[in-house]
Amino acid sequence: MIHLKGIHKTYNNGSPLHVLKGIDLDIRKGEFVAIMGASGSGKSTLLNILGILDSYDEGEYTLAGTPIRHLSETRAADYRNRMIGFIFQSFNLIGFKNAVENVALPLFYQGVGRRKRNQLALEYLDKLGLRDWAHHYPNELSGGQKQRVAIARALITQPQIILADEPTGALDSHTSLEVMEILKDLHRQGLTIVVVTHESGVAYQTEKIVHIKDGLIERIEENLDPQKNPFGMSTQMK
Amino acid sequence: MRLFDTDQWEEIFDSLSKNRSRTFLTAFGIFWGIFMLILLMGGGRGLETMLGYNFAGFASNSGFIFAENTGKPYKGFREGRRWSLELSDIDRVRNCIAGVEVVTPLQQNWGSSAMAENHSCRVTVSGEYPEYALVDDPKIKFGRKLNDVDNQQHRKVCVVGTRIVEELFPQLGKDGNPCGRFIQVDGVYYRIVGVSGKSASGISIGGNAQTTVHMPFLTMQQTYNRGNRVGVLALTALPGYKMSDVQARTEQLLKRIHLIHPDDTQAVMKLNTEAVFGMIDSLFAGVSILVWMIGLGTLIAGAIGVSNIMIVTVKERTTEIGIRRAIGATPMDILGMVMSESIVLTLVAGMSGITLAVIILQGMESGLSADTPGAQFQISFGLAVGAASLLALLGVIAGLAPAFRAMQIKPVDAMREE
Repeated sequence: MIHLKGIHKTYNNGSPLHVLKGIDLDIRKGEFVAIMGASGSGKSTLLNILGILDSYDEGEYTLAGTPIRHLSETRAADYRNRMIGFIFQSFNLIGFKNAVENVALPLFYQGVGRRKRNQLALEYLDKLGLRDWAHHYPNELSGGQKQRVAIARALITQPQIILADEPTGALDSHTSLEVMEILKDLHRQGLTIVVVTHESGVAYQTEKIVHIKDGLIERIEENLDPQKNPFGMSTQMK
Repeated sequence: MRLFDTDQWEEIFDSLSKNRSRTFLTAFGIFWGIFMLILLMGGGRGLETMLGYNFAGFASNSGFIFAENTGKPYKGFREGRRWSLELSDIDRVRNCIAGVEVVTPLQQNWGSSAMAENHSCRVTVSGEYPEYALVDDPKIKFGRKLNDVDNQQHRKVCVVGTRIVEELFPQLGKDGNPCGRFIQVDGVYYRIVGVSGKSASGISIGGNAQTTVHMPFLTMQQTYNRGNRVGVLALTALPGYKMSDVQARTEQLLKRIHLIHPDDTQAVMKLNTEAVFGMIDSLFAGVSILVWMIGLGTLIAGAIGVSNIMIVTVKERTTEIGIRRAIGATPMDILGMVMSESIVLTLVAGMSGITLAVIILQGMESGLSADTPGAQFQISFGLAVGAASLLALLGVIAGLAPAFRAMQIKPVDAMREE
């Protein structure tokens, strides 16, 4: 599904900053992967490259058999829209749109008719247990509800891969657990999910943990029993 | 078609109505600009049509020549000699000067008194040939003009101004018809055959057109004992001839006939409507240039205001635009979004400006039309359509800078804003 080979990325803000120094990574279809590392390790940059939000300088990246290189902005937008679902730490819902409109927005950019996309959005909100909140605005929702709206938005285009950037970063432990349960559920339905986090509690709920340090993959850890983690249930989150 | 999707419009109105005061202030610039432009243009047009109405009927290529005392001694005559135009001059000018169309003498008597039925007023008496109507149309309101038969038979008939009717025949009311009645002017009775509808503020030769009694030239010559003397020589030029040229040649001819020094500058007085009309024309050209400068200037300032605010808005919405980009909006989608906001803002503000200006102009027109018929303040439909298209264009131009700035926003920039 995802194939990375020798990915390099340097930011040129004043002094050049070599963030990724040759990343090789393969993620198969249906895998549930966590990318872990301290802040500044390059994990967010890696996720941005995976999500075609950012370009890379060297190497090769293939997503679902499509080489991702030198794409026009329009093509990149199209791939993001159809292949990838994003979940962000700060939810990134649009404040002046209600839940249904937020969820339906990706379909708007596909040119789907208003009635159809709102109906679909309602279905997805229903799946995530937010039917009663469908016409509320983001500032009327709790953190967990907002993140569930964001997940519904990520799912509505039926993407092949879900990219989550610190999905529990702004949530308390209880709702974090809820969100992780949703992600695990999606994984069971066969979606490929990549989660970026610096919390081991989150990481150890996935099947494969990629540790990143200073722009390189330190090690890849197979986590055969996601429920079991070295910190125990009580310290699962935070 | 995405353009016609209600979401697109909903979004525009969402983002505009969310920041009500900012939207209002931005829109006000455009509103005020177009409002001023339309109002000034309408006002200029109104002024022009009002003045134009006053000048209507007066030939714009006419000239008048009077005799004044000579300014130089010549051929044994002393300086300051009195001379006057004579009837024989008329034929000579008509025959000798190329380019004249109408040459006609005028006879005038200022400070006469007119009486009828216990009322009296001061009037100017003017003796005219019928051709004089080609120079200065009396704009007959009632009755008829003076004609050739009146002249041949030396009839004691007259055409009077409206003010005279009001003064002498108050019982007739404001718009009464006095034709057939008699008035006594300087001791002689004349029958009124027509009323001139000219307004007081227009061009007229020999005093206020509303207090002038027009009578046949020959009648006046006889009753006032003017002999061969002529007060004013009125002429118009054929198309293609300049009145100033024609007048200069006429002046030379008259000087030869009347033994006046060729370099005498004061003996022959000339008046030329061409110059007057030219002056008025350039005055209005100046006014309209000023109107356009002020109006367009204000409008452009408004457009820059819109552009400015939109840039701020785009900066504020960096995150939102980033999110949209992340979930699949193309740069063109973002461009369209910002541009349509700018265009909608400009058009809505501009249209209200046009509407208000049109309403005010309509009010002015109907308010003033009672006193000054012919005054037109309202702008034409074509001009309004033109103004609307100008607004759309301004909206596009105002939207360009912010839209391109919005296009530059990358999805990662939005994440970084956090």
